[in-house]
Amino acid sequence: MTIAPAKAGWRFRQPSVIPGFGLTLGFSLAYLTLIILIPLSGLVWRSAALGWTDFFAIATDRRTLNALEISFGAAFIAAAVNVVFGTLVAWVLVRYRFPGRRIVDAMVDLPFALPTAVAGIALTTLYAPNGWIGHLLAPLGIKVAYTPLGIVVALVFIGLPFVVRTVQPIMEEIDKEVEEAAATLGANRFQIITRILFPGLAPAIITGFSLAFARGVGEYGSVIFIAGNLPYKSEIAPLLIVIRLEEYNYPAATAIAALMLLLSFVMLLIVNLAQSWSRKRYG
Amino acid sequence: MADPEIKSYEPHHESQSAAVTESLPVRLLLMAVAFAFLVIFVLLPLIIVFHEALAKGLGAYTESLSNPDTRSAIRLTLLVAAIAVPLNVVFGISAAWAIAKFEFKGKAFLTTLIDLPFSVSPVISGLVYVLLFGAQGLLGEWLKAHGIQILFAVPGIVLATVFVTFPFVARELIPLMQEQGNGDEEAALSLGANGWQTFWYVTLPNVKWGLLYGVLLCNARSMGEFGAVSVVSGHIRGLTNTMPLHVEILYNEYNAVGAFAVASLLAGLALVTLVLKTLLEMRYGAEIAATRGH
Repeated sequence: MTIAPAKAGWRFRQPSVIPGFGLTLGFSLAYLTLIILIPLSGLVWRSAALGWTDFFAIATDRRTLNALEISFGAAFIAAAVNVVFGTLVAWVLVRYRFPGRRIVDAMVDLPFALPTAVAGIALTTLYAPNGWIGHLLAPLGIKVAYTPLGIVVALVFIGLPFVVRTVQPIMEEIDKEVEEAAATLGANRFQIITRILFPGLAPAIITGFSLAFARGVGEYGSVIFIAGNLPYKSEIAPLLIVIRLEEYNYPAATAIAALMLLLSFVMLLIVNLAQSWSRKRYG
Repeated sequence: MADPEIKSYEPHHESQSAAVTESLPVRLLLMAVAFAFLVIFVLLPLIIVFHEALAKGLGAYTESLSNPDTRSAIRLTLLVAAIAVPLNVVFGISAAWAIAKFEFKGKAFLTTLIDLPFSVSPVISGLVYVLLFGAQGLLGEWLKAHGIQILFAVPGIVLATVFVTFPFVARELIPLMQEQGNGDEEAALSLGANGWQTFWYVTLPNVKWGLLYGVLLCNARSMGEFGAVSVVSGHIRGLTNTMPLHVEILYNEYNAVGAFAVASLLAGLALVTLVLKTLLEMRYGAEIAATRGH
């Protein structure tokens, strides 16, 4: 017969000899509540106080819808571009040896470290019709600065490290022996990449995509310089919030912000579902 | 038991068999595409900042940096970082201690809450304080009656900066301290150290490089934050303009040299941050938490 261990009562925390639990948790919770939770719940409270009809009217306003569409659309395209090139950059950094690899590796983090306003004016100057890149694209009829394409360019810059830094560590962990085994069994390189490598990387790629996408949706500083900010055409949702605030139209600003948070939350949910699907499919 | 002879045989990275790598032309092509992408999207934006800043010579550059408004923007940025970073360091250490050293209910939820500011648009981070402290805000009347200015003043800028840089130190320390476990602390306590001594002489030396790493990222973001600060600052020249906001004002006034001169200081800060970060990763990679990304 087995003896069941004595059933422990419900306890908030496991006993420990280490002191300071009450102090550190108490301080952390108080600080978190003051800085993050109270202000954020203020936003929720204010948008709830709007009432359904007002909220609906603001949410379905043409300008709001266009701004949300531009923010989410541009962020989606930029994240997709970063999935392709970010994965490629990660591959080159992990698998190939070349002089200056560490510098190239460090360069990937520049978009994290460079303040967004600096990135904004730098990209705008590069892609303006007379800029270093802009003047090469102008004869081809491609306009980047002051168009929605400019928004995508800025978001590609901002999102790059998210994809590279999520995919890179997983790539490093891939066991080369599995590839060798596949090769000895007659798989060609293309089959190895699509059947062996990609399935292992898929969850990381999805995570990288979602991080880059989430960052892109909320991005403000780097975008407003290059976007041109034409209402209905190249106006992003965060900018519309700022514009409504400057008009002292607090209800509209609040409603758009609440809508953005809601949409981001839904996106996060979808990504999590895709994540668990890819784990089931490939895991 | 594994045969040591067999175990020591490991394929070298450098000498790969053709089956598990791409052919040379493919490799060169992939590298060329990756480098071209990085040059266009990362290197050129960095270069053009310094190029534009020095477009009219060194004299114009130093002159625009000695402008009183620019000087006051630099001072304000340093002041805000000097308040926001230590606040988040104290919070980060305290949260990491509670989360990494103890098992309690709702720990995962608390960890998620700490990361919350990363998933909120910077503009919304500023907006929440406007809704709280603004003239039409929840506390607006009370603040006005007591003559306390938070919005369009330094306290608002500090609060917005603290909000956006909130997770940096905590998310660096939590996984690191979890990885290290409680053994060292328990040994120190059993030898008679008190809680404070244990933290100061045992825990802190164990996590110092991870802490420095978090401080580095926290500082870079707090000096460079634009969206959140822009919403709460009121853009009063010489008073509530931080360096990134000053870059915007000068740029919109078509003062390209001035804007890029201030931008070059921020780009310099980014470069210093990257160099220090890389050095930390090279030297103390094992002593910095494995999770990175922000």
